[in-house]
Amino acid sequence: MSLRAVGTIYAKELRDSLRDRRTLVSMIVIPTFMMPALIIGAGKLASTVVTKARAEIPRIMIVGGADSPGITSEIERTGKFTIVPTTPDWKALISDKRIRAAVEIPPGFERALGSGAAPGITLYTYEGELKSSLAEEELNAFFSRLRSRTTARLLAERGLPASYARPFEVARTNVAPPEKVGGNLLGGIVPYFIVIICLMGAMYPAMDLTAGEKERGTMETLLCSPVSRASIVLGKFLMVLTGSLTAVVLSLVSLGGSVVLAGLAIGPGLGGQAAAGPSGMTIAPLGILGVLAMVLPVSVLFSALVFSISLFAKSVKEAGSYLTPLAFAVILPCSTGLIPGIELTLPLALFPIVNVSLVCKEMLSGVWHWGYITVIFGSTAVYAAAALALAVWMFRREAVIFRT
Amino acid sequence: MIEARLLTKVFRDRRKGDIRASDGVSFRVEPGTIYGLLGANGAGKTTTLRLLATLLKPTSGTAVVAGHDVVLEPDKVRASVGFLATSTALYARLTAREMIAYFGRLNGLGGAALSERIRTLADQLEMHDFLERRCDKLSTGMKQKTSIARTLVHDPQVMIFDEPTLGLDVMASRAIVRFVRECRGRGKTVIYSTHVMSEAEKLCDVIGVIHDGALRAEGTLAQLRASTGETDLEECFIRIVAPGDGQ
Repeated sequence: MSLRAVGTIYAKELRDSLRDRRTLVSMIVIPTFMMPALIIGAGKLASTVVTKARAEIPRIMIVGGADSPGITSEIERTGKFTIVPTTPDWKALISDKRIRAAVEIPPGFERALGSGAAPGITLYTYEGELKSSLAEEELNAFFSRLRSRTTARLLAERGLPASYARPFEVARTNVAPPEKVGGNLLGGIVPYFIVIICLMGAMYPAMDLTAGEKERGTMETLLCSPVSRASIVLGKFLMVLTGSLTAVVLSLVSLGGSVVLAGLAIGPGLGGQAAAGPSGMTIAPLGILGVLAMVLPVSVLFSALVFSISLFAKSVKEAGSYLTPLAFAVILPCSTGLIPGIELTLPLALFPIVNVSLVCKEMLSGVWHWGYITVIFGSTAVYAAAALALAVWMFRREAVIFRT
Repeated sequence: MIEARLLTKVFRDRRKGDIRASDGVSFRVEPGTIYGLLGANGAGKTTTLRLLATLLKPTSGTAVVAGHDVVLEPDKVRASVGFLATSTALYARLTAREMIAYFGRLNGLGGAALSERIRTLADQLEMHDFLERRCDKLSTGMKQKTSIARTLVHDPQVMIFDEPTLGLDVMASRAIVRFVRECRGRGKTVIYSTHVMSEAEKLCDVIGVIHDGALRAEGTLAQLRASTGETDLEECFIRIVAPGDGQ
């Protein structure tokens, strides 16, 4: 193998790829704009939806309560609800989202409040539905205030202090630094997208440089040259790796920019939180460098894998059909970082993709388990070397290279 | 010089079983001569030429090309060979100059020597007008010239042509034929495969008739005519590959 030949092939492939619009889209455009689109776009959308839902006065129904006119009129006077006349199908109306919630006031509720032994109120909602949740939130707040007032009145009547019913308070303070909170929230999502982008960046160059060349007849032209097959594989592989790493670096840079821009564009409200996490939350900068380092062997692994698979195909179209299942096979282990509660163990540290997904989540939270990091980097490098050896072996097989 | 010694290539096919695409082919081509490999489609011409160009490895037998064994020194063989076929296409996104320079570099040329070589080839092939144009924007004739320059950039001793005029119009075909003759004139060893009888008649000093992977007959045009008793090469060919059909 000649390094000069490898360099010549790599330089040509780079020049050739930079003139190919489809490669540029997969290598530069998508990675640069995907993160801002997802983070700012999704954040802005969430912000708009929540703001609009909050602005809407929820339509609710009061079931019962004929003998509690004070309570029903007080609910109406808050101005936070539109009371809809009661009908027997109120449960169906909630399910159909025609009303947001219903409150059932049992008989004799208002009268029983005086003695402090009132029966329970029941709220009926559509679980998981945003506008119904907001209506429930408001109803809970109303009855919480009513409960406090009633308690205070009952205590006063008996000459007891207000602290009698609430002898102590429970305070909650977050001790995790902002980057750990941020890492915990964004740490699952970021590696998920980075690993997928790493694969996507490699896919198109790999298809173009292997199956594409077979299809266009340039592979045979190249094989006529006196350079060794290993030099050709390495030169082409380096281009595929360049595509993958360029996509990763650009997406990480755009991720950093997106978090900053999301804060500026959406603000610190609920939408801003959706985009950039809770107020003051950050991602550990060293974590981003750590992710980049861990993604390096993954890029080599993906580049070699997609290169080998594409090489087998007769055409770009056929290569695409082979690579689609690979993309699904990667997405599944990638998503482990999104599952709450999963933590790194030694068996998981040896499981490709899953290990990188989990360790990246930890690094973005500022947690550095050097033992696991070494095992994961080492094992992924071994898998990557095996995949590269497979690519060279495939390229030397006449049945593969002349499969047209 | 090319010397093929019992070159054999067997392809294994799950459905059809073993296919002997080249079956014990032996011949010799001297420098300054054109050897025509004449055969129908699927006769084994391309496989034989790919074996000589070391694109494929022989199952058995070997060949010596420009003093190098195709099995033992494939890289040195490729450095001595210019291979031109309809299947050897150009990189669409490179310019004609970049295409020639790329193959020059792969053959160990560089710097001023490479620039000078490209200039010489562009002069000889009248390529200056389109040297900076991308290959996908070239006409068929321009593409042929660029391909020829690509095969000649390292000044190989041996030229292998695998049906180079297939699909070309008359003008482009004539340019190829003229170029093949020039190669012979420069003392290169030339092997030329075709199924077009008139081309073989016009170009080749020696003709080898290949059928079902095996070399059925070999000789000058006069020798083939004499051995078959036919004057027309097409009739000679039929006599050789299917003796019963000519009656």
